[in-house]
Amino acid sequence: MRVGIGLPSTIAGVNGHTIIEWARRAEERPFTSLAVIDRYVYDSYEPFVALAAAAAVTTRLRLATTIVAGPLRNAALLAKSAASVDALSAGRLVLGLAVGAREDDYRVANVDYHRRGKILNDQLATLRSLWESGAIGPRLVRPRGPEILIGGLSDQAFSRAARYADGYVHGGGPPRAFARAADRARAAWRDAGRPGLPQIWGQGYFALGEEAAAKGAAYLKDYYAFTGPFAEQIAAGLLTTTQGVVQYLRGYQDAGCTELVLFPGVAEPDQLDRLAEAVAAL
Amino acid sequence: MKALIIGGGPGGLYAALLLKKTHPVWDVTVVERNPPDATYGWGVVFSDRTLSSFREADYPSYREITNRFVIWDTIEVRYGGEAIRCGGNVFAGISRKVLLLLLQERCKHFGVRLKFLTEVRDLSECKGYDLIIAADGLNSIVRKAHAAHFKPALVLGKSKYTWLGTRKVFDAFTFPFRRNEHGLFQAHIYPNDGTASTFIVQCDPETWQRAGLDHATEAETVAYCERVFAEDLGGEPLLSNKSDWITFATVSNRNWWYQNIVLIGDSAHTADFTIGSGTKMAMEDSIALAAAFERYGDNVKAALNDFELERRPVVDSLQRAAAESNRYFENTPRYEHFEPMQFVYYLLTRSGRISYDELRRRDPSFVDATDRWFFEKTTGIATRNQRVVAPPPMLAPLGLRAVKLQNRVAVSCSATCQARDGIPDEAYTADLGNLALSGASLVLTEPLAIAPEGRITPGDNGLYRPEHVATWSRLTALVHDSGAFIAARLGHAGRRGATRPRNEGLDLPVLKGGWPLLSASAIPYLPNGPCPREMDRADMDRARDQHVRASQMANEAGFDMLELYFAHGYLIGSFISPLTNLRRDSYGGSLENRLSYPLEILEAVRAAWPKTKPLCVALTATDWARGGLEPGDASLIARIMKERGVDLFEVAAGQTVLESQPVYGPCFLATLSDQLRNEARILTMTGGNITSSDQVNNIVAAGRADLCVMEPPRLNTHYRIIGGATGNTD
Repeated sequence: MRVGIGLPSTIAGVNGHTIIEWARRAEERPFTSLAVIDRYVYDSYEPFVALAAAAAVTTRLRLATTIVAGPLRNAALLAKSAASVDALSAGRLVLGLAVGAREDDYRVANVDYHRRGKILNDQLATLRSLWESGAIGPRLVRPRGPEILIGGLSDQAFSRAARYADGYVHGGGPPRAFARAADRARAAWRDAGRPGLPQIWGQGYFALGEEAAAKGAAYLKDYYAFTGPFAEQIAAGLLTTTQGVVQYLRGYQDAGCTELVLFPGVAEPDQLDRLAEAVAAL
Repeated sequence: MKALIIGGGPGGLYAALLLKKTHPVWDVTVVERNPPDATYGWGVVFSDRTLSSFREADYPSYREITNRFVIWDTIEVRYGGEAIRCGGNVFAGISRKVLLLLLQERCKHFGVRLKFLTEVRDLSECKGYDLIIAADGLNSIVRKAHAAHFKPALVLGKSKYTWLGTRKVFDAFTFPFRRNEHGLFQAHIYPNDGTASTFIVQCDPETWQRAGLDHATEAETVAYCERVFAEDLGGEPLLSNKSDWITFATVSNRNWWYQNIVLIGDSAHTADFTIGSGTKMAMEDSIALAAAFERYGDNVKAALNDFELERRPVVDSLQRAAAESNRYFENTPRYEHFEPMQFVYYLLTRSGRISYDELRRRDPSFVDATDRWFFEKTTGIATRNQRVVAPPPMLAPLGLRAVKLQNRVAVSCSATCQARDGIPDEAYTADLGNLALSGASLVLTEPLAIAPEGRITPGDNGLYRPEHVATWSRLTALVHDSGAFIAARLGHAGRRGATRPRNEGLDLPVLKGGWPLLSASAIPYLPNGPCPREMDRADMDRARDQHVRASQMANEAGFDMLELYFAHGYLIGSFISPLTNLRRDSYGGSLENRLSYPLEILEAVRAAWPKTKPLCVALTATDWARGGLEPGDASLIARIMKERGVDLFEVAAGQTVLESQPVYGPCFLATLSDQLRNEARILTMTGGNITSSDQVNNIVAAGRADLCVMEPPRLNTHYRIIGGATGNTD
């Protein structure tokens, strides 16, 4: 299992310098990817723009969206943004897509929330042909364009991953919940007759140290306030100790996770070192 | 804090006493419309796990309960002239009335106010409370009053059932199955205490009407049931207590709390009576609710939220198991051709919560007996009660014509999509060699193209050129050398042809070098994809002859078995599904018409394929799409095909059309296989993410399928390469 780290681009009030510096430091530590998440109605950065900045100061890390809510953008712009980041990073983009669960984002984007599944299906059906036909550019830097992952917990999501994507990305939670989703992802994959096994990515939040833990929990409650009761649950899952991180990594590894991305709950640069130590302890 | 509990059943009383116990200063009131000693229903049952949670929550009431209950660990099934017992399932039964009285006493002890003969008809009567707990049961007034917030759903079962009792004391959870001239009757009997037993009688609505029970008085119902279960009652009468015939309503709610109001027990959720968990769930809700208030004090919303987060996954899982149990009891006649051992094994594992391994942990001798029965049955060696050693069902042999499979596991090749002119590449040969060494008794190829225009991708392996015979001869010999059999799947892609290799995705049309597609009707698979041509009679003759030629080549190449791939919306599948066959000629319309061309192929192939070799057909059990094939259709189709010499059916689902509503999960095809196998009385093979021997044993022992397609194991951290260079351990 590979371990990646999230960019603090969705933590409120974080300045541009901090994000770029974070990416630079991540490159020097034993992480394999740098990931972003997507939110319109929040004090946060646009995911493709954040990854483009990260691309400029990194050469090695894979750059992943885990996830971008596809239907919030039109298919052509989505294809162009993804192809651009992939070209800027010399083929390091992993494009995670899902419908997202945030009605307020759909409202400001002026997209019908109730058609989100249909819209994502249509986008997936056209994404690769938009890239491969060369109609929109930039020219692909690898034959098939960026790798695609699909997120979500509905059977439709697993079906999309098996039909259109290179794998599945889980939304986070205890290893047991991940294991169940991973089983369904593999079941759908094999049922579609896809060769081998899908990539299966996991996610989690960390804020190591007492002070960071309190700030991180407050951030998660705020960021996920739109889920109502579940914000508490998500905040409770924050990894705040080395032991917690190690146990989480082991659980995910046993469940067949191929790449686990841990997102920061606070943007303090020492968090990168603390996480690197915890990962090294595995 | 002022708390009002509406409903003085076990859940309401238990919540009241636990809340008052942990918060003595709270003002806790229970209102109940009945008098203190009124009760409907007979006994309630708890598992050992539930009892230990009672012990932690409130020791004195736990002690009272355990002093009054009877405990037993046996399930007895009476079916087909045999009574078979399985142990290790610890249950405790107590009379509902005794339970209520002791909980009432405990409430009084802590100072809970109990108001009997008080009915809440309108929630506006309940002003001034900080917390309202709706423990008012199935027909909850509170749930109805705030239906807009709770968003309840009610699903009615099909069966009719009634609660009766008897003074006869049973020593096991007893399930008699009795068939008379009206139909099949089932009873669920369990001891309440040392002096009486609960006796629930269940039947399907048709049987119920034929027996005249739809207009029977209570006395007539009792008399009728006494006759049906005379053997089980041994002369003891049945007793009634408001024993109407009812249908079970499964209640679920999108939300369990709203403002300061929370639903617990039956008002929030019910689970089919055949799993017997109503009181248990209500009392476990009470424990979780009290624990949440211990954590959050008088922060009502936080506590109610915590309660729901804690309980919902548990309740969801129980409701899923209850739905499976209900499915079994509503379809029992489907399993009446089972011999008693298998019938009982199925009954015990019906809900999916107990697997083969778990059952062995509970009662090793029962599972040993199942193994012996299964082995004797499948080998035809009648040594009843003589045999000592028998392998588990997964390792029992299976005979299909002259082919004697050594075990119940098959493995399937993946298409590498690298073939040139239909000839497999090196990587495929290596894969096949590994699968032959896997220990599975049967290796299945991926669907091999019967013609170049029948390929799914340009790099598909095929059986259509003369040189293919020699190529496949080498590969079948490779498999035979390892002691396994090999089956060729034969397919024609139809409208799903000319796509890119599957490592890129499914059904992505090739960019160049495609070919014209054929299908039952001219409908493209993808909205903007290539449109197939509707097959005319000449096309049909050609495709039939291609099937026959491919099967002759398969025989010459040494394949032991043939599978005609009629599933997943490929060419022949497109004739069968009404979603893809819109023809107006004699090959479209009714199921009979839609089947006529597939049957023509089947008959032609069967005639060309040696009589000693088995023939399998892959069928779509459901299209997972509105207006498409459903499991009942598949059973009918399988029955017709069986008559034409098909020995085995592989079960598939979905992919007929692009937009569908799939259902994935552990062994998701096994349920479909179960229905197909036991409705049509055929042999089936099922896949669907089967990854462990526990799953194979369970599926095969329960008669859900005869052969399982297992996935290659996923190596994890338990696996390390020691000594050599660092290997990839994932």
